[in-house]
Amino acid sequence: MSRFFAIVWPLAGALLLGVSGHAETQSNVVILSTTTSTQDSGLLDVLVPMFERKTGLTVKTISVGTGQALALAARGEADVTLAHAPGVERKYVEDGKMSNRRLVMYNDFVLIGPPEDPARIKALPSAVDALKRIAESQSRFVSRGDKSGTHVLEQGLWKQADIEPRGAWYIESGQGMGQTLGIANDRRAYTLTDRGTYLAFAKRVDLPILVEKDRPLLNIYSVMEVNPANGPRVNVAGGKAFAEFMLAPETQAVIKAFGVDRYGQPLFVPVAGKKDEDL
Amino acid sequence: MGLFGQGILEALRLLVTGDPEVWQITWLSIRVSATATLLSLLVGIPVGALLALSRFPGRAFVVSLVNTGMGLPPVVVGLFVTILLWRNGALGFLELLYTPTAMVTGQLVIAAPIVTGLTLAAVQQVPEAFRLQLLGLGASRPQMIWVLLKEARLPMLAAVMAGFGGVISEVGASMMLGGNIKGSTRVLTTATVLETGKGNFDVAIALSVILLLITFLVNWALSAIQQRRRG
Repeated sequence: MSRFFAIVWPLAGALLLGVSGHAETQSNVVILSTTTSTQDSGLLDVLVPMFERKTGLTVKTISVGTGQALALAARGEADVTLAHAPGVERKYVEDGKMSNRRLVMYNDFVLIGPPEDPARIKALPSAVDALKRIAESQSRFVSRGDKSGTHVLEQGLWKQADIEPRGAWYIESGQGMGQTLGIANDRRAYTLTDRGTYLAFAKRVDLPILVEKDRPLLNIYSVMEVNPANGPRVNVAGGKAFAEFMLAPETQAVIKAFGVDRYGQPLFVPVAGKKDEDL
Repeated sequence: MGLFGQGILEALRLLVTGDPEVWQITWLSIRVSATATLLSLLVGIPVGALLALSRFPGRAFVVSLVNTGMGLPPVVVGLFVTILLWRNGALGFLELLYTPTAMVTGQLVIAAPIVTGLTLAAVQQVPEAFRLQLLGLGASRPQMIWVLLKEARLPMLAAVMAGFGGVISEVGASMMLGGNIKGSTRVLTTATVLETGKGNFDVAIALSVILLLITFLVNWALSAIQQRRRG
């Protein structure tokens, strides 16, 4: 037993030191709270190292649903936020929790569903009309149900359709976009998805795009800085540096080209300097 | 070939080609979980042994607390420790959130009750008569505990295996406390969740196979020690 402890104590000490060894001083750390779609698309894996090389700062990317990303920022637990729920974002800006909201890029959402199309929505110009038909025919629809940007947009569409979706046909997955696509595919249901994730899953999902290119289906990503009043440890300068970086011409050029090699088409359209009403 | 076959091939490819990111993720998984397990031994063995040998009012209650703790949901531990470690939380000044140290802390909370509970059971199963005999032969109390722990060392290796197995495989606490940050806090379980979310099922399966391999190797080594000493 003494031999046991003679081994265990130094080992534990050494491992703990090794583990905590590269703790960075926090002023060099920028916490970015963002949505899963930016992470899952792989875009941040390209942009974050670029930013770190340029500034010498370390970014900690916390990718969660848009709802949680903004809630964390409002508590001062992040320094900058990249989100895609304009309505919710504007509310945080009005409440003074976030500031300097600027558009970074957009892509779009598409309504997909089984090829048999039981609700007959194919090629409808309006996503709201399509949802009305889905609800009327009680065709299965899978919702994210997780306050993500996608879910917020979907709720907005239901509201415009003046429908409160409920019933056995309305399935809430409570999971990320990838898992939700899997469920929709399995249940032969309709769902709303961002085009990027859909392209990434295209091989495994045989639900064609039925409705697209309607203005409310635009998926707009904005960057916001965190109000230092939200908490004592907000890294204001670091957050601002990341926001500026996202809008810099060089970064926007990378965004424009991103995804072409893998999907044959870009996943995002950069729009730095534009306003919501320009789109 | 099915998805599993593809995944296993991918695992072999990643291991053989020495993909630096996969090695880094694997090594961090081992480091974090081994540290948490060793620390949990330092807490769990003394507490478990003392609980096994002492008699005090409310002992039954404490023992059931420990036993409940053996099944602590990692996601609950993750949530509570995260809130403590938030910048504006009670321990925010330590600035530990989203670091491997935060993950070790969470895993320690998960593993310590497991080690405590199994140590308690191991020491208790040493017959009472043996203990009395030791005291009768003039052993001091610390000496007696020492001998008892030695006697119980085989079942206690099971405690090590259960503790390590519990923490290296958990995802909830690591996800919340580490944040699954590339190159810094991404471990095998959180990377598996991420790759599944991305639709890279073959990579996800490959990471799972590596995780299973590590758990197997660790348990195999510990079992070998356990069985040899028995022989």
